[in-house]
Amino acid sequence: MNLLARYAECIFWMARYMERAENIARLLDVHETFARDTRGATNWMAIIQLNADEKAFFSRYDRATAESVAKFYTLDASNGNSLVSVVRMARENARVLRPWISTEMWTQINVFYNRLLALTQKEVETPGLSRVCQWVKEGCQTHYGITEGTFYRDQGWYFYQMGKYIERADQTTRLVDIKYHTLLPSPLDVGSTLDVSQWTTVLRCAAGYHAFRRVYPRGMTPATVAGFLLFNEGFPRSVVMCHRQLDGVLGRMRSRYNLRRGAEAMEMMELLQGVLFSRGVDDIIRDGLHEYLDGVQCKLSDLTTALGAAFFGHEQTPVEGQAQAQ
Amino acid sequence: MTASDAASNDLLSSYDAGKFFDELFSDRDSGSAQVALIRERLGRLTFDDLRRRSQDAERELYNLGITFLVYSDKDAVDRILPFDLIPRIITAKEWARLEAGVVQRVAALNLFLHDIYHDQKILKDGVVPRDLVEGNANFRPQMIGVDLPFNTYIHIMGVDLVRDGEGVIRVLEDNGRVPSGVSYVVENRHMMQRVFPDLMTGFGIRPVDNYGHKLLEAMCEIAAPAGDSPEVALLSPGSYNSAYFEHIFLAREMGVPLVEGRDLAVIDDKVYMKTTNGLVRVDSIYRRLGDDFLDPKAFNPDSLLGVPGIFDAYRKGNIQLANAIGTGVADDKAVYCYVPRMIKYYLDQEAIIPNVDTRICREPDALQYTLDNLDKLVVKPVGEAGGYGITIGPRASKAELEECRASLLADPANYISQPTLDLSVCPTVTDDGVEPRHVDLRPFAITGKSTWVLPGGLTRVALKKGTLIVNSSQGGGSKDTWVMERDADEESAS
Repeated sequence: MNLLARYAECIFWMARYMERAENIARLLDVHETFARDTRGATNWMAIIQLNADEKAFFSRYDRATAESVAKFYTLDASNGNSLVSVVRMARENARVLRPWISTEMWTQINVFYNRLLALTQKEVETPGLSRVCQWVKEGCQTHYGITEGTFYRDQGWYFYQMGKYIERADQTTRLVDIKYHTLLPSPLDVGSTLDVSQWTTVLRCAAGYHAFRRVYPRGMTPATVAGFLLFNEGFPRSVVMCHRQLDGVLGRMRSRYNLRRGAEAMEMMELLQGVLFSRGVDDIIRDGLHEYLDGVQCKLSDLTTALGAAFFGHEQTPVEGQAQAQ
Repeated sequence: MTASDAASNDLLSSYDAGKFFDELFSDRDSGSAQVALIRERLGRLTFDDLRRRSQDAERELYNLGITFLVYSDKDAVDRILPFDLIPRIITAKEWARLEAGVVQRVAALNLFLHDIYHDQKILKDGVVPRDLVEGNANFRPQMIGVDLPFNTYIHIMGVDLVRDGEGVIRVLEDNGRVPSGVSYVVENRHMMQRVFPDLMTGFGIRPVDNYGHKLLEAMCEIAAPAGDSPEVALLSPGSYNSAYFEHIFLAREMGVPLVEGRDLAVIDDKVYMKTTNGLVRVDSIYRRLGDDFLDPKAFNPDSLLGVPGIFDAYRKGNIQLANAIGTGVADDKAVYCYVPRMIKYYLDQEAIIPNVDTRICREPDALQYTLDNLDKLVVKPVGEAGGYGITIGPRASKAELEECRASLLADPANYISQPTLDLSVCPTVTDDGVEPRHVDLRPFAITGKSTWVLPGGLTRVALKKGTLIVNSSQGGGSKDTWVMERDADEESAS
């Protein structure tokens, strides 16, 4: 069956929002560790800065405290990056997609969202926050499992994968950035207990601590952790892993469904690859990790734009020649 | 009901339908044994059991999103159509007659529509007043001379039936534009199979789950010139439409894309949908969008939901639409009064299912009669749907009656009047136990080359005690409707 351009876009964003919800929960779950700062710095800011939400946050709250940050990212419907907002967007897309996705996928998202809406302020405050984050992660993972097991494998499946991996790659770059840019250690702190503890937190946040230990049984340096999260070939949340998935998915989809469009998206994929593999991790750190991550994020965004132009009907109004060519 | 089963009948023993025909208790000319068996099984349940099953079913409907959107001041809220667990039974013999009656009615209305948009014989012969048709807001002069496959205009028809105090089933209203509710028929059956399997074992109930297949068949038949595998789509106003679930349901059952106006484009009078692979030609569309909204170029210029230029494509036969444009004139409440005469005129038959005795207030005698008997009659505006604007004489206050009188005098042609009907009741689960509630029935008919009627239809139930209005927008719910495969009266019932 033909896939409507609008549906392709909804599938792509449903996948992105569910992936994003999981990442927000992961961050919130460990944000207390970031805050445990012996210098008493305003480390609650880290998550806000990571998401570039300073303006939105301070228009609603005076101070970044445990309570205000937790509320902002869980139940605050006026924040587009809160769990409630992100899952609502996933549900809105799923709602449009109900003729296309499996009933089980819709039912799970629908029930998940309704339960999230029913959470109270009290439940998302420490010490309940961790339990809520755990539950949200599981809700997202249930979604992936149901999707894997019930979503019909046609074009839609490929757009789902693209949304998921673009979002995951983006979130991983932001996670590395939070440690390296926002929590910028002074040279004296490198290797200190606090520094190691924060890197461990970054790894745990991405569910990568034990995998990292398997690869690097001894020691932990900023370069090995950043390198692991960016370039490891076996770690499911590494940027390289996401890129590899994306590249394969886009190519396979175009050939299998004989899609004439998407040449530009393929080019964007190559540009992303170029930026990603331009240098080794030591060079990247020396030249500025933040700028590098920013570059990767820009290329992911360009790729999304190219997918929109090729497949989601974001191009100019169709001309007659195109109609006759079908 | 015999004395022996009354004794064991705890749940239903104090049930009293009063003067009304009861769909589970009143005698019928066949099939009574099966109805008695169902009654007996129900009677053995406890009220708590019934309540628990009800709650399970309603939670499931909500989680599955089998809902409609209700708009309040600032939010859109998902609501389920309240579902009542006690089924409404139609015997095989009753259904055979109803089915024939619906087929007959659809045939007459399609002949009528073809006639008024071509030769207008029925108007020339004075059987239906010309101004009633041509002056009707839903008459589309643009359709004059447009030829349609099989001369079918109403591909999907819903006929609202009620049973009166004498047990006679009558047509209350025709729905030939965009009748809705069929998704609940199928989903209600699924729900019953899940929560009440023990009630339905041991006898045959006509299945309802092939509706989508039949609909697709008709959509392909009308698109026949396009070849063997025409591209069919369902056009919806969008996910914020209150009936969006039904659009999803039908698109899924047919296995066709659910499109919105923005997914379609008309180029050189041909209709295309925008896909990931560019534009793809569409051959027939089941549209769930009123005529007014369909094409801003041809009809309401303010519509943002429609497809500019689709009417020209339609006129040239490049796209088929179900239902056709301009069917609203046939399901008008005033035109309704003439349907028995249409059946006689076109088919030379008597109506198998009679109308409700109706007076057309545009006629002076009828207006006078209506004004004289206002407190005994139901007065309905002809252009409204959804139960709005109705005055039920015996239940109206003095002020309401005067208001109605003023409206009638100001614009008599806008009203019809009917006697208040003693609508039949069916046992229904309420907060206070199992009680009688009024029901109606909407069978659905699909017509391409020929007409097929879904066995049964949507039984709507007025959940508020004593009320007659069954519309979902006004506190109505629904029940599963069981049409018996055959009336096995000769077999043992237990």
